[in-house]
Amino acid sequence: MISMPRIISPHHAQKIMNVVLWGVGFLAIVILIIIIGYILYNGLPQFSLEFIFGNPVGSGESGGIWPMIVSTFYVTFIALIVATPLGVLAAIWLAEYAGESNLVKAIRFAAETLASIPSIVFGLFGLTFFVVFLQMGFSVLSGGLTLALMAIPTILRTAEVSIEAVPQSYKEGSLALGASKWQTIYRVVIPAAIPGITTGIILGMARAIEETAAILYTVGAALAIPMSIWDPARPLPLHLYILATEGVSLPNAYGTAAVLVLIILIITISTNYLVEKYTKKMMGR
Amino acid sequence: MARNWEEFLVEKVLLLAAISSIIIILLIIGFVIQQGIPAMEQVGPLNFIFGMDWSPSYGLYGVFPMIVGSLGMTALALLFAVPLSIFGAIFLAEVAPKNMRKILKPTIQTLAGIPSVIYGFFGLIVLVPFMRIHFGGSGFSMLTASIILTVMVLPTILSISEDALRSIPLEYKEASLALGATHWQTIKNVIFPAALPGIVTGIILGMGRAIGETMAVIMVAGNTPIIPGSILEPARALTSNIALEMGYALGLHYNALFATGIVLLMMIIVLLVITNYINYKRKVTVGGGYL
Repeated sequence: MISMPRIISPHHAQKIMNVVLWGVGFLAIVILIIIIGYILYNGLPQFSLEFIFGNPVGSGESGGIWPMIVSTFYVTFIALIVATPLGVLAAIWLAEYAGESNLVKAIRFAAETLASIPSIVFGLFGLTFFVVFLQMGFSVLSGGLTLALMAIPTILRTAEVSIEAVPQSYKEGSLALGASKWQTIYRVVIPAAIPGITTGIILGMARAIEETAAILYTVGAALAIPMSIWDPARPLPLHLYILATEGVSLPNAYGTAAVLVLIILIITISTNYLVEKYTKKMMGR
Repeated sequence: MARNWEEFLVEKVLLLAAISSIIIILLIIGFVIQQGIPAMEQVGPLNFIFGMDWSPSYGLYGVFPMIVGSLGMTALALLFAVPLSIFGAIFLAEVAPKNMRKILKPTIQTLAGIPSVIYGFFGLIVLVPFMRIHFGGSGFSMLTASIILTVMVLPTILSISEDALRSIPLEYKEASLALGATHWQTIKNVIFPAALPGIVTGIILGMGRAIGETMAVIMVAGNTPIIPGSILEPARALTSNIALEMGYALGLHYNALFATGIVLLMMIIVLLVITNYINYKRKVTVGGGYL
């Protein structure tokens, strides 16, 4: 297209490209509908009270996925209570206190690297550090902490952007009234940035919920409901992976996949709602 | 007095949280290297990276077939994903009416949010049988994996490219249109070239995502640790190598899987350094008055 000779007039090229661009736009929508539609079409019929709230029978050939739902909740909860304070506090420092020093550059590069390290490498680290070195064993705690490391950069980046977006005039108003820097941040900046910070936490949560490779060798694969953070567990994505690759049960794999897809859909819709609300607020309406 | 102390303390606590990223990254790199080094030493770094045979039961640890597998799948995926993403980004930034954007934006976001194990499951159940019927073989292949990877990296490249296209000053576009260029000529000759550094950054990040992907690839690529003769043959990625064998690896084998992790880490860090360099150069050009 770039060096097209004048066989096609600019006018025609314009028309052809319009068709191509619209085609690509529709293609993206079609791909999404096919994937989500296929999973829900095959998965939703598996839903029943027994499937959601029941225990698996055998290694998951039949029965339900309640222990996996509980496991997902536990590891995600641990990941968030560790990653949220670290991510948000770091974001406040980067947005409000940091200048342009080498330390700041190093922190940014570290956060960026953390965001791009393959999840299986987090899994390796979780195995050698949490499971073996700190002797936490294959447990909810090891898995949750590994996921926390992955969620930190997501929360940090989103929170930093939203804190930086708070208008300078807000801060100046507060400082002019005699408030100290921290009082201004605590009472003015953070409340104004809360929707953005919440969006970051939800995105971090999504990352923890959907992750499989990082927990493959940290959380164990127990089928029972974990009774404490020291027990092994089997979150939903790991369960789906085992059901699908070991040919345990296709119907239950569809059902588990549908639960995961629904969770992700709810998360996407709620973050969109928050972002819209946030944008409106920032525009002063 | 008390106020000052509070301010001081708060700042130090915040600083500590910020530094935790550095500590974590050093711990990760340190521990993975520490566990991987014994294998690198025993096998020899060059034999490990360029060795053609991976057969732990015979004590053979060469990851070259997996490097070829990872890079091959990634290259194929980018071949499909780059044009699609760039056209998609141009569509979103320049052509799509508001209503279409309102549908397409959340679509891209949802595609980015779908768990990789779901992509793998969909690939295993739908795409693998499809490939088996239409292209022969087992259906598990480098091509199958790269098709799934295409859909997975598309949102990354597309959204970063869209941001890059949108950040081009409006005057550029207006000047080109005023000279009588059509909209497409303006996009092709003015907006796209100006946005290129941002688009390249998006492509490299997409590349990182493809190299690092584990679950989706493991479920559709076939995972044979041999250099594939064609794109329709099965292949194994570096990530899959770790995930497949860590469950039962002991001794040197265990260390060799961590050494595989070192190779992965090196690839990702090289990509990161390149993107940082591009961003740095772009800033220099902007600040230098060229833009």
